[in-house]
Amino acid sequence: MVALPAPALAGDRTARAALTFRLLLVLVLAVALMSLGTGAAGLPLLQIAGDLLGGEGLTQRDQVILMDIRLPRLAMGLLIGAALAVSGALMQGLFRNPLADPGIVGVGAGAGLGAVSAIVLGGLLPAGTAWLVGPHLVSFAAFLGGWGVTLLLYRVATRGGMTSVATLLLAGIAIGALAGALTGVLVYMADDVQLRNLTFWGMGSVAGASWQKLAVGLPLILPVLLFAPLLARGLNGLALGESQAGHLGIEVQRIKRLAILAVAAAAGAAVAMAGGIGFIGVVVPHLLRIATGPDHRYLLPNAALLGGTLLVGADMIARTVVAPAELPIGIVTAIIGAPVFLWILLQRRGLGGI
Amino acid sequence: MIRVLTLVSALGLAAPVLADPAQRVVSLGGSVTEIAVALGAEARLIARDTTSNFPPSILDLPDVGYIRALSPEGVLSLGPDLIISEAGAGPAEAVTVLRAAGIPFEQMPGEPSADGVLAKIDAVAAALELPAEGARLHAEVAAGLAEVRASAAAVTERKRVLFIIAIQAGRVNAGGEGSSADGIIQLAGGLNATSGFKGYKQMTDEAILEADPDVILMMNREGDLAVLNEDILKHPALGATRAAREGRILRMDGMKILGFGPRTPEAARELHDALYGG
Repeated sequence: MVALPAPALAGDRTARAALTFRLLLVLVLAVALMSLGTGAAGLPLLQIAGDLLGGEGLTQRDQVILMDIRLPRLAMGLLIGAALAVSGALMQGLFRNPLADPGIVGVGAGAGLGAVSAIVLGGLLPAGTAWLVGPHLVSFAAFLGGWGVTLLLYRVATRGGMTSVATLLLAGIAIGALAGALTGVLVYMADDVQLRNLTFWGMGSVAGASWQKLAVGLPLILPVLLFAPLLARGLNGLALGESQAGHLGIEVQRIKRLAILAVAAAAGAAVAMAGGIGFIGVVVPHLLRIATGPDHRYLLPNAALLGGTLLVGADMIARTVVAPAELPIGIVTAIIGAPVFLWILLQRRGLGGI
Repeated sequence: MIRVLTLVSALGLAAPVLADPAQRVVSLGGSVTEIAVALGAEARLIARDTTSNFPPSILDLPDVGYIRALSPEGVLSLGPDLIISEAGAGPAEAVTVLRAAGIPFEQMPGEPSADGVLAKIDAVAAALELPAEGARLHAEVAAGLAEVRASAAAVTERKRVLFIIAIQAGRVNAGGEGSSADGIIQLAGGLNATSGFKGYKQMTDEAILEADPDVILMMNREGDLAVLNEDILKHPALGATRAAREGRILRMDGMKILGFGPRTPEAARELHDALYGG
């Protein structure tokens, strides 16, 4: 792989992107601490710190709130937000299209089909198999569905060792429609309880956070977050067009394959753990491109930080605003995120395109 | 706000030490809440779920959300010392966490049948440690059920009843086998006019004509969800049924007829009388 010449516009934006990374690091820590000290049950951070320093230790209730509710929830929020945002950035880079999100390679449709199958047909499994996945059947099926549909798409779009991005896009629409129709059949078969369950699944939630779920999701998401920046130079080259990237010595096919596999793993795991959370995957990379430019070397790590920050922030709102109940988080991300995003777009309209 | 919450949690922690049985009860599910209230335990309830809406006084309690999408911290913040619930509370992780916090979480059996109601009453009474009240309510509801069953058994020509839960854009969503609507229709001595599907499903116009119910039963609903008699008469399939031609369209309180709680004998009696005359 050859080092690319610095783009003409890079100059000040590189410094800005590096600064943004540091700011986001501070921001994510601040939001994480705030999130640990916020919730329906009160228990602010100061009180936790006071109890621990005072040598009293936490009561059983406080311990459960902190260790079994807030901490896994925070970790899951960071992980899922980061996974969705990085997946979005990878897809937008690969498709050279700002409208791309993890759903474009069928992760969402496949995961939805898997989850709905598990919700509606889970009861039909022979009793002996239930212990294998137990209460995680829906998550497990969602992951398999997302992974399966994405791999199928990749196979469909690959001929003679070359993946056509246009075929990927079109076949994605066809397979998405097919998965949607199969989901429709299952929705039709569902009873009342299952209908409500799958409606809630579609709106997403990190309320079901547990250390167990994290233990399964972490090995799928963390490697993608850590290694995605290795694809940055390749994606930067792809921005010039596939043949130009090839002339620059970029192994285009390898970049495509790795990016799609990474998205299937990370976005698939995120959707499996928390259901359908829209918006983060499309918008986070956009906001960052507006702020710091399209260089993937900064875009990918910054997207991970901003995605995690936004999702943890949205979750804080989701679990306190209607306490003691809570809102599905997908509603919060869209209700707050969409107007903000529109506003930014309108602000930039005068500057001519993004 | 924080002070109130601290106070609440302090009370919640103190309760199990001071008194047994539980005094700070979160009740999830309309029928379970109705049973708890019928057992005289309303004062011990501190919160309810969205489906608990009877008696109306219960609406003053904080709402912890939908029974299958609970927020563990939200429930904990109320400082409960017992959670009683209909079958199917979730998500599973929330139930696990609440149990880990040392709060007993009792799920009740949930069959939509006469025996199911009695089993649910026994289970709620046991969880609330109200054996005498439980026995009284059990006997009362059992007597009511026996009475309505006797009336139902005396019916010679059973009316075919179509329960419609909703009509959306002309599509009819009806109660099939095993649904709670099916349960109450049978209890009242009627026959469910639908067959061949379980739960609540959309029916085709032809299937409705085929079913040709004697009576159409619906829930009292207001606003957009209300179905007017004219809507039924205008509907191509419903309008041609015997029920529509003879104007036999019944409306009853949804939670009362479908909830399978202490009001079930009364609901079955009302339906029976409406079908066959008092």
